[in-house]
Amino acid sequence: MTASNVRQIVLDIISDIAPDEDVSVLDDTKSLREQLDLDSMDFLDIVMELRKRHKVEVPQEDYSKLATLESCVTYLSPKFA
Amino acid sequence: MDDTQRIVMTGIGLTAPNGNNLQDFRKNLLNCVSGVKHTEIRYMGQQVAGLCDFDEFKYQSKKLRRRGTRAGSISIYCANEAVKDSGLNWETIDKSMVGVYLGITEHGNVETENEIYEMHQNNLDWKLWSPHHNPRTVSNSPAGEITLNMNITGPHYTLGSACAGGNVGVIQGMQQLLLGEVDVALAGGISESPQTFGIFAAFAAQGALAHHEDPTKASRPLDKNRNGIAISEGGCVYVLERLSDAKKRNAKIYAEIVGHAINSDATDFVNPNSDRQVECMHKAIRRAGLNISDIDLVNMHATGTGTGDVNETKAVRDAFKESSKTYVNFTKGHIGHAMGAAGALELAGNIPSFEDGVIHPGMNITELDPECEVNNLVINEPKYIGNVNYILNNSFGMLGINSALIVKKYTA
Repeated sequence: MTASNVRQIVLDIISDIAPDEDVSVLDDTKSLREQLDLDSMDFLDIVMELRKRHKVEVPQEDYSKLATLESCVTYLSPKFA
Repeated sequence: MDDTQRIVMTGIGLTAPNGNNLQDFRKNLLNCVSGVKHTEIRYMGQQVAGLCDFDEFKYQSKKLRRRGTRAGSISIYCANEAVKDSGLNWETIDKSMVGVYLGITEHGNVETENEIYEMHQNNLDWKLWSPHHNPRTVSNSPAGEITLNMNITGPHYTLGSACAGGNVGVIQGMQQLLLGEVDVALAGGISESPQTFGIFAAFAAQGALAHHEDPTKASRPLDKNRNGIAISEGGCVYVLERLSDAKKRNAKIYAEIVGHAINSDATDFVNPNSDRQVECMHKAIRRAGLNISDIDLVNMHATGTGTGDVNETKAVRDAFKESSKTYVNFTKGHIGHAMGAAGALELAGNIPSFEDGVIHPGMNITELDPECEVNNLVINEPKYIGNVNYILNNSFGMLGINSALIVKKYTA
């Protein structure tokens, strides 16, 4: 799976979790929490949806690696390989 | 009586299966428009249910709707509509002196069933159990969602009182105002019950789940061929204030709460006890300082079950045998059984009779069950009776909880 595909997977999940937000304007290098109205429970939802939809597990110690869109892609891509 | 000890209703917000505001609800009650439809229920297939079509996003973001519950969504809609209707200046009001009191039949079944279903669909992977499950299912959840949405910092909680919930929520709000705990009470009842499979299955197991090829005819309380309950969702929240406060701001006053009673059958888990129901109605009338014949209208709880309707009509016959001028109606033929919302919603549907003198009919009676005959029963067509001053609203529930609420037409 390409980095672009992984990015789209993350965006699709964020769109469902934060349906009032426009994810098309996100800066990949900036913190998601700075750009979107997301809290810690929303990040738990992202982890949950990755597991439910794609069988991808993110252990608690790795949650910080989901901070930006870019770091999400870097961290998750090997799991989608 | 001192105006600080008189509690009045100054705003009404509601969603019913046949109307999303008091005007539409009342019009559809008078015109016998049903809100009961066919819907798909998990595992069971097509069933009848009363479903609401209010705009969930009128007062709530999509994100917070997703995080919360259907019960919370209904509550938020009703509370905002009630405050808007009341004319209160919400920006300047002291939110620490606003309380939220909601009657509920049950809460948490919907979310718990959904989580179990999702887990079952995913090879029993328990790690998919949502972190939102606890805040969604704590029993204060629907009332708490209102406080989050409206920045209310006064008390909030729900009153678990089965299908007496709507009356019980209003009674609690009234009592908290009398105690001086709050200056404004948002009080009523809500139900999200059609979103859960278990309630349908349990009523089916009891032989008490309504069914009919035409869903609008499925809910038929007091009819000889009734076959059970049409489960409905809905909500109704009142703005309650002390009369002294309402007068100060020249508020529109729908009604004054003048009598109430809650008691217990202490006889059975599900079957009602008509003697206790009579005692409940009489206690409310005594507390209001009224005579039996002062009551112009009784709204029956009348759910459409075999024994429930027979017991309640016997109770109403016994309670009002001394009155020839008391009229009787019911509301569940139109909207089904809105569970925790029923008492509050049904009262709201009758309150406009203070203005127009018209009693909306109970609908769907083709052949009145002889065991459910009661004097002055208004069925199938509205009836103009002239001056309506007092309404007694019955709302009963499982485990033998009975409630009666009496409201009076307000005259300055």
